[in-house]
Formats: sequence, structure tokens, C-alpha cells
Amino acid sequence: MPRLVLLRLLRLATLLIGVSVLAFVLVRNSPIDPVQAYIGADVNITDEQLARLREQWGLDRSPVEQYLAWAGTLVQGDFGTSTLYKAPVLDVMGARFGASLALMGVAWTMSGVLGYLLGVAAAMHRGRLADRVVSWYSYTLSATPTFWLGIVFLVVFSVWLGWFPVGLAGPQGVPATDVTFAQRLHHFVLPALTLSAVGVANIAMHTREKMTDVLNSDYVAFARARGETTAQIFRNHGFRNSVVPATTLQFAYFAELFGGSVLAETVFSYPGLGSTLTEAALGGDVPLLLGIVLVSALFVFTGNLIADVVNAATDPRIRRRA
Amino acid sequence: MNAPPDPRLHSRSRPRPRLRARRDVVVSLSVVVLLVVCVIAGHLLLDDAALRPNSAPRSSPPGVEHPFGTDHLGQDLFTRVVKGLALSLGIGVLTAAISTAVSAVLGICAALLGRRVDGVVSWLIDLSIGIPHLIFMILLAFTVGGGVPGIVLGIALTHWMSLALLVRADVKQIRGAEFILVSRGLGRSPLFIARRHVLPLVLPQLLVGFVLMFPHVILHEAALTFLGFGFSPQTPAIGILLSEGMPHISSGMWWLAVFPGLALLLLVLGFARLGDRVRTVLDPATSNG
Repeated sequence: MPRLVLLRLLRLATLLIGVSVLAFVLVRNSPIDPVQAYIGADVNITDEQLARLREQWGLDRSPVEQYLAWAGTLVQGDFGTSTLYKAPVLDVMGARFGASLALMGVAWTMSGVLGYLLGVAAAMHRGRLADRVVSWYSYTLSATPTFWLGIVFLVVFSVWLGWFPVGLAGPQGVPATDVTFAQRLHHFVLPALTLSAVGVANIAMHTREKMTDVLNSDYVAFARARGETTAQIFRNHGFRNSVVPATTLQFAYFAELFGGSVLAETVFSYPGLGSTLTEAALGGDVPLLLGIVLVSALFVFTGNLIADVVNAATDPRIRRRA
Repeated sequence: MNAPPDPRLHSRSRPRPRLRARRDVVVSLSVVVLLVVCVIAGHLLLDDAALRPNSAPRSSPPGVEHPFGTDHLGQDLFTRVVKGLALSLGIGVLTAAISTAVSAVLGICAALLGRRVDGVVSWLIDLSIGIPHLIFMILLAFTVGGGVPGIVLGIALTHWMSLALLVRADVKQIRGAEFILVSRGLGRSPLFIARRHVLPLVLPQLLVGFVLMFPHVILHEAALTFLGFGFSPQTPAIGILLSEGMPHISSGMWWLAVFPGLALLLLVLGFARLGDRVRTVLDPATSNG
């Protein structure tokens, strides 16, 4: 077990280096000049100041030197300065990461629990109405553009019913510190609902398949022959065999969750990491863009790592091999 | 696995499972073909005049004249949606084809060229899975500068992983077969073996992979365009229609937000259904549905 975790951590380190190299190369080759993006429409800047900026940012050195210099400052915890917000990238990200984490956390938990229950219900009533409804829902939702679902929720709940405001994490014109928790919650519901509704599909489909396999197995046929009730079969055989793959799957879902939150945050103008990423990329804010890409990769790798460890810790067959 | 047969499948009113699966494929295929033909025909037949401003009443709700309504400039939404779907189809075919090719090459190389190549490929797969698709696409679009190359490259490079894993597993199963060992003994190069012996055998897998990839590709293109990294605002792409419609929904113009997405959803659903059903016929063991 410790060996497995160590190996995985090593792999995670090489992957993170890979991501940073990849992101750096991609961003450096973009047609957007970071210096131009930084000064924007400011015409009062002299060529001399431009040259000094270039030198200060190391743009006159070779790409490898630039990468090493950048990676060196990263390791020291310095992600550079956001050109859009004129503030350290870490501060900009820190303020928004919490908002994103709350959104993704709620959506992740809700979709996980609900999706698992729906999947179990579908498998237990295979071929009947409950199964058809769950399958139909999962199928349709997995074909639905996340951002469009958000827009439809806006149309239905905000415009027609008037229950929720149209976007933003707090009411407009009120300083962030004066926003009450209730107001915050009010602006939080629709993006969380969108992300949860999409997330349910994935886990429900997989749990349904896994549970069907379990119910079709010889040991469940034998349990039934012994006279176990459906509830007993679920408790004694179904639950353990289906909850581990569901958990693993849900941790491996981090990547899609992050992508979904970029879309949901943009639709609802929710000030999280995702909508900031869109802003940074559209506004040519290279340090902020790189910072968010790295954080998102770390987030996803951590999810995959947890999935592996959960798998190994709960499955004695894998545990013994590791 | 010896699952007990479902009793319903043996009643007289239903065809046997194998036949039923084939019939389902035919049904799905017909639906998809019909959809595609309609979209292409609409794209060719619908008049661009409907897109010129002032040719129709502005902001009119769906009606007989304009089935999906018109926007604030008086453009017919139905025409724009059909053109948008045609664009999605084109991008989808191109991108899914490139992505399938990448999976085939990397999957076969990983299985045939020894452990070191296998290790590199699986590291690449882990790396590509680790960056959220959408973020990788945004990065690539940022590098290429948006537009069609950014979309195609970004989406093609984020959708090859699962198919590559399947291809690798398939090839690993057949690489020890006698006909390949004989071919190798005769001094054939790995390229020859890959082309003559391996590729024909994984072709069905690639075909299913292509069809299954298609809906994801279309969805991601729409999302990327919606965020502002894909097609330029002059293009009638579904993502553009939706992002243009967004500011108008608070004034009650719901049709601008609902119809483009609904049309895209139907197209995606058709292809996803087809892909799943083809997989059921070709490989009944790993699928159930």
C-alpha cells in the first residue's frame, strides 16, 4: 500500500512537470504578446520602458532558460502577477478557488449520492418504469450541452418564475463584504443545480451496469434461493460491490467536473476559477492562465490519485498485489 | 459470464436479442441519416436572405412564418440553427476522424513496439486525461489564436485517449497470434504487420470509436465557441447563437436560448444512440442496454 502511494506520487510529479512544460510551450507560442497585452491601450509608454519590461520578464532569453526561470519561481510559490487584475496570481486564484470549490463540492456530493441511488433503483427494477426513466434521463443529460442546460435553467427559474437572480455571486452594486450568506446562497443554487443535474447521468449509468452485473451473478442467485429478500441482497451483496466502483468513478470525474464548472460559472457569471480562466485566456493574461491550468491539473491528478488509492484500499485483490 | 437469460427476451412477442440489437442499429442509423440529410439539404436550400437584417419582423416569437422565431435584428432563427448544425457536422466529422487516427497510431504503436514505447504512450494518456478537456482546448485555442484550426486541434487532441486504450488492449491480444509471429519470422517490418495484419482487425473498433466520439466532439465545439474561443461571431455556429441569445433572455426572448440547444441535443442524442447500438451488435459482451 505505501509503495503504491509512493509510486503514484512520483508519477503525479512527472505528470505535473509534463503539464507545466506543455502549458508553457503552448502559451509562449501564442500570437498574443504578453507585453502588449499588459500595457493594453496605454499609448504613453516609451520603447525604452517596453524594452525594460521585456528584460524584466526575461522575454529576451531562450525558451529553455525562460521555462527554468518560471518553474523556479513557481517552486518558490510565486506564480507571477496577473496582468488583468494587477495583483499576484496566487491572490487572484485564492479568492476564487473557494467559490469554485464550494460549487464543485456541492455538485460532486449531490450528483454522487443521487446518481448512485438512481443507478441502484434502475438496476433493481430493470426493464420497468423506474429503469426506463433513469436510463432516459441519463442518456438525454449526457447528450446535453452543460452551458445550454444552465441557460434553460435561467430561462425557467429566473425569467419565468423569478425565483432566482440572473447571475453573479451576490447582488449587484453591493460590496462583497456586505453580501449576506442567504444572498450568496440565492446566487449559488442554479449553478450548483446545473452541475449536479449533469453529473448524475454519468454515475447513474455506471452504477446501473455494475449493479446489474452483481444481481445477475451466481452468488446473488444463490442468496435468493436461500430466501434473502431484495433489501437483504442489496445490503449483503449489492452495496459493497457497487459503492466502490461508484466512488472511484466519482473521483475520476474531477476533470469533467472542472470543465463543467468553467461553463456553469460563465453562464451564471459566478466569480469562480472557471469564469476567471475564460477571462484570462480572452484577455491574454498569461500568468493567470498558466496558474489556473496548473491548479486544475493538480486538482484532477489528485482526484485520480484518490481514486486509485480508494480502489486499492478497499479491494483486497489489488491491495495484496501492491 | 453466465448471466441468467432475461425471460422477457424469450417470449414470442419479442425478437431474439441479437436480432433486436441489429434492428435497433438499423432504426438508429435511419434516424441519424435522416437528420443529416435534412440538415445538409436545409443548409443548401435555405436562403441566406433570411439572415439579412430587416427582412423580417424583429424579435418575433415562433410562428408559422418563422418556426423558431427571429432575433433582435430580424434574422430567421430556424435558418441559422440549420446552418449551425451543418457546421457542427462538418467540424465533427473532420475532428473525430483526426482523433480516431491518433488513437489508432498510438494504440497500435504502444502494443507492437515494445515496453518503452508502451510506457511513453501510457504516460501521454495519463497526461492528457489529467488536464480537464475544456482547459486543454482553451489553451490550444489560445496558442493557435482561435478559429477552425484551434477547434479542430484542441478537440482532436483531447478525445483520443479512451479509444487508444481500447486499441492497445485489442492489439495486445492478437500480437501473439501465429500469423503475426510467422510474419515477423519472415522479417516483415512492424509497419507492414501493423498495416496488413493489425489494422484490418481493429477497424471495427475504430469505426465504433469514431461514432461514439462524434457526439462529444460536437458538444465540445459548441462549448468552446460559446466561451468565445471557437468560431468568430460572424459564423452561424450553435455556440455563437446561444451566446448571442443570452443577453436577450431576460427580456423574455426564450426561443433564442432554447431552440439552438435543443436542435444540437437531438443531433448529439441520435449519434450517441447509434454508437451504443453498433457497439452492442459488434461486441455484445461489454455492453448492456
